[in-house]
Amino acid sequence: MNQLQNFTKGLLKENPILVLVLGTCPTLATTSSSLNGLGMGVATTFVLICSNVVISLLAKVIPDKVRIPAFIVVIASFVTIVDLVMQAYVPDLYKTLGIFIPLIVVNCIVLGRAEAFASKNTVWSSFIDGIGMGLGFTIALGILGAFREIVGSGAIFGYKFINGDGILVFILAPGAFIALGYMIALVNKIKKT
Amino acid sequence: MAKTESTFKNMVLSLTLISLVSSACLGFVYEFTKKPIELSNLNKKLNAIKLVVPEFTNNPYEEMFRLATGDGDSLEIYPAKKDETIVGYAVNTFTSKGFSGNISMMAGFKPDGVIFNITVLEHKETPGLGTKMTEPEFKDQFNDKNPADFELKVKKDGGPVDAITAATISSRAFCDAVTKAYNTLQKGGMK
Repeated sequence: MNQLQNFTKGLLKENPILVLVLGTCPTLATTSSSLNGLGMGVATTFVLICSNVVISLLAKVIPDKVRIPAFIVVIASFVTIVDLVMQAYVPDLYKTLGIFIPLIVVNCIVLGRAEAFASKNTVWSSFIDGIGMGLGFTIALGILGAFREIVGSGAIFGYKFINGDGILVFILAPGAFIALGYMIALVNKIKKT
Repeated sequence: MAKTESTFKNMVLSLTLISLVSSACLGFVYEFTKKPIELSNLNKKLNAIKLVVPEFTNNPYEEMFRLATGDGDSLEIYPAKKDETIVGYAVNTFTSKGFSGNISMMAGFKPDGVIFNITVLEHKETPGLGTKMTEPEFKDQFNDKNPADFELKVKKDGGPVDAITAATISSRAFCDAVTKAYNTLQKGGMK
């Protein structure tokens, strides 16, 4: 597989949210607005790239039987770094994302890529894979967040364009399921044609 | 390099090493971000205090004291003074009656007990519904009211407060936190 394919597969063909359907918990919870979705996507992307690189470096040194705990330690360290840095420099975003930043540790996408890709591939491929997957995740979250914000509260990036309320269910958890369902259906349709 | 064998020694060694390096990194980042985090928390509070009390010249942060609420808890009170006379109190109050989790607010009172302004510090309310309590449309109805004759209850409960549409629980929680701040001040002898 060449590096370009390696990069683009995360965007559509193997998009972590829309095709692999991994990491749906933070997806559903944080996409109540476009900014939250993008913020979560960027934070996860950072962790994904760093953990992919470090794990592919260490893959040969880590004995097979303890690889999962070792991966988790690496991932958790990067998540804590993101957590502290965000708390220090972007307190507003940190406040809205709240508990979902620490929860990146158990995000299936990060561990999934570590186990399925980074531990078996070179550092460079893993780096590219991390960027591609992270970008795919961020775009999916951004679109989902923007859609829910537009339909649910009649605003985009916090700027209201209608008076009054939107369809409130889209701001709440059930609306996230509905919106995600439609997005997955749409992507399936696009992939088939 | 060959793959490391899964012997007991190797497993212990590799996990120990990884943990050591990780904790060293984290220690470094923690030290590095400690100051900015403290600063941003402090600024957040200071800005909130400035919002909710009349103009002051002292440093309310340094003169902070705590008052018991009566149910086993205590609130942080920040006295605002202008030329040594009290112009208001900012109360860092909270409620656990929010729709999802605690709501932390800064409520400002003038010395006679009249509400000057209120601002929400932290909350996890439903976006688009409960979050409207941070908007002037809702919270400004409390300004210049004295809780002594302005009952802090939503209309559904027989009070004068206009609740947020579809977020009565958040509105009640808001009232609850302000009530707690007011009662604590009163009980503490601050008029």
